[in-house]
Amino acid sequence: MKLRHGLMAAAAAAAIALAAPVAKAETFKYAFQGNLSSLDPQSLNETFLLVTLTNIYEGLVLYDDNLGVVPGLAESWETVEPTKWKFNLRKGVKFHNGNDFTAQDVVFTWKRALTEGSDQKVRASKIKNIEIVDDYTVIIETPAPNPILTADLVYIMIMDKEWAEANNAMEATSASADNTSNFANLNANGTGPFKVVDHKADIKTTFERNEAYWQDIPSNVTKVEFTPIKEAATRVAALISGELDLVYPIPVQDWKRLDEAKGVKALAGPEARTIFLGMDQGRDELLYSNIKGKNPFKDIRVRQAFAHALNLDAIKKKVMRGAATPSGLMVAPQINGHVPELNTPYAYDPAKSKALLAEAGYPDGFEVTMDCPNNRYVNDEKICQAAVSMLAKVGVKVNLLAQPKSKYFGKVLATGGFDTSFYLLGWTPGTMDSENVLSSLLSCQNKETKTGLFNLGNYCNAKVDELTVKVGSETDQAKRNAMIKEAFQIVKDEVGYLPLHQQPLSWGVSDRVMVNQRADNGLDFRYVLVN
Amino acid sequence: MVSFLFKRLMQSVIVMFTVALIAFSMFRFVGDPINNMVGQDTSEQERIELRERLGLNDPVPIQFGNFILNAVQGDFGRSYKYQVPVSDLIFARMPATLELAFVSAILALAIGIPMGVYTALKRNGILSKFIMTLSLVGVSLPPFLIGILLILVFGVIFRWLPTFGRGDVIEFTTWSTGFLTASGLKSLILPSITLALFQMTLIMRLVRAEMLEVLRTDFVKFARARGLPDRLVNFKHALKNTLVPVITITGLQLGSLIAFAIITESVFQWPGMGLLFIQAIADVDIPIMAAYLVLIAFFFVLINMIVDVLYYAVDPRLRSDDE
Repeated sequence: MKLRHGLMAAAAAAAIALAAPVAKAETFKYAFQGNLSSLDPQSLNETFLLVTLTNIYEGLVLYDDNLGVVPGLAESWETVEPTKWKFNLRKGVKFHNGNDFTAQDVVFTWKRALTEGSDQKVRASKIKNIEIVDDYTVIIETPAPNPILTADLVYIMIMDKEWAEANNAMEATSASADNTSNFANLNANGTGPFKVVDHKADIKTTFERNEAYWQDIPSNVTKVEFTPIKEAATRVAALISGELDLVYPIPVQDWKRLDEAKGVKALAGPEARTIFLGMDQGRDELLYSNIKGKNPFKDIRVRQAFAHALNLDAIKKKVMRGAATPSGLMVAPQINGHVPELNTPYAYDPAKSKALLAEAGYPDGFEVTMDCPNNRYVNDEKICQAAVSMLAKVGVKVNLLAQPKSKYFGKVLATGGFDTSFYLLGWTPGTMDSENVLSSLLSCQNKETKTGLFNLGNYCNAKVDELTVKVGSETDQAKRNAMIKEAFQIVKDEVGYLPLHQQPLSWGVSDRVMVNQRADNGLDFRYVLVN
Repeated sequence: MVSFLFKRLMQSVIVMFTVALIAFSMFRFVGDPINNMVGQDTSEQERIELRERLGLNDPVPIQFGNFILNAVQGDFGRSYKYQVPVSDLIFARMPATLELAFVSAILALAIGIPMGVYTALKRNGILSKFIMTLSLVGVSLPPFLIGILLILVFGVIFRWLPTFGRGDVIEFTTWSTGFLTASGLKSLILPSITLALFQMTLIMRLVRAEMLEVLRTDFVKFARARGLPDRLVNFKHALKNTLVPVITITGLQLGSLIAFAIITESVFQWPGMGLLFIQAIADVDIPIMAAYLVLIAFFFVLINMIVDVLYYAVDPRLRSDDE
């Protein structure tokens, strides 16, 4: 592993040396629909915030342009025991304030990520202990063998211990009123290629190139300006008028307009997020249905009937304007453990669907209420409407309850008591590994082991649970992937979920810039080139 | 006079309290803020702890009581999303909104009054008919659409003016102004027109109607009979008498300009209080929403009170009732 990384680094350095032009002052301006609510990397576990902050802060490992894990503040690593990883830290790295990066900072950051206000506890709790061997070597101990530890380390972004102490930012920024240590909320001091020179949350954030950055990067940008623009129409106008170089997301229906306008284009790619429908298979009687005394979704024939009633191609063409990738799996192709041969969606066959419903004892269908967000995913409500009309064709009357995400999530998630019978949800595994999907979505709900907590319909299969546990600690990649495949096969055969598609990423870029559109919808300044 | 003021003050307090109560009870229906504050991987246990820390598990009357107690002391709590005191956020955004509202009010008056006078005097002129038709557009088109159209024409097609934001601002200790930079002034044009258009047409129509009324009165006829020149009759006698209701309406409309700025601000990504409020709704940031609504109510109450006091000063009949 060590050798491979060394080689890769050398190859990357050579490639950059050849490609990198002489830098002159280049400003890159972009807008996103949401705002950068905090500069504290431990305040909120949100993709936009985390990816943006990776330009300022860095973890022991980094994501490359294709979400592969590459060395970051750690030069190399090896597993000494199944539960112990040795990381050799990079020497000579300095924080933006000039302080040296050492092993102390790694331990400090991990402990800070476990403080009350932290939203990174999930990641930090995958580490049991960090032992300092010397200033540039640490041994990270995990509670159990964890083959994908490095994926969690990407977003444990290292902060400077002295800086935090000097500014009373020892604890993660918290929303509770009694926590006053919010210096890190509005100020940043990382090791990354860019530093924050001005930050007004939700108005504008200005970044400048960190000239002392420890590695060469492809980007020739010296200054970055970020503005949040909430209205899609305003975003698109700002791009076409030439005021901004990149805006995202843009509505799918505006693609044509961008292509017709001069100097800009739409940049579309498949996102790693899978959109799917889930059914309540746990309760003995559905909460929202006209069938009393039993739960139709417990009958596999009903689930199959639903699967065959959905026309994913029609959703792709009519709702997503051709921009979605229909899926037969709960993970996208970019995710480790994706099985191409299982990715064929269930066949669209309304006749078969009707027959299956009749066989299950519902020749005239039944009624069920569907929960759907209307401002979370690309065209979420329209997808639900399409599903409703497709199910109506086979006799199932679906009452649609589409709500804003704050209402929707409050109802259907664990905190709302999984209050749903049939719902639409989207999921990107934060670790880019199937294990996250297995434990969050496909395992039985279990509060003790904290698994299946986003398995809102409580699809439950003991064999899948068993495989999930094994996948969590198996370090042999081939064996591990075989187990992931077996679990996916079971879920697919049992129609535990109804995967729909991977939604498209939809960015608008000016012709004067080249950016890398990462599958997690993140923008890494390291790969931004301005002409 | 003192008892009158005191009565008005008590009424204002009741209004403010009612607004706060209504606002607060509405928030129970906006959704659960927790899901906007944590990522998808955050465990249920942590979500529950966070609810507890934020006091969301307390009974609503207690939450409301705490809110009022703190609000009276000027403390609106901490924004859930930004995790800084709400009062800081609101005061940082206030200059943007007030500058926009101020420029819009000036625009509305400076264009609305002359157009109103003109259309009243030249009732059957072609230009008057054109202005009247145009004013219908101003009243009936929603500001959202007007804003988008202006952006499209002047921002995207001609590229004369910026499509969003406030441009460069100059910071003083507590005030950031866009009045002193070229890009700040350019950025003001489109949003202020968008915001002013409705008020402009309203004032124009008001002035026109009042003028037509006044022009029919005996004292204007008498002035004309005295052989005074038209200019003097129209502007000195007629317009002066028209302006009393116009000033009242304008004062009250200033409140609506600040409140209506929400739409304009979100179209132009104008970093004012309205935009903050809109985003707070999406994020279920209850402290910001509550503070904003109370503040807007406060503006209205304050302006109303000033208008009332002005009446009291202007209208002798009110004073004689007092004795």
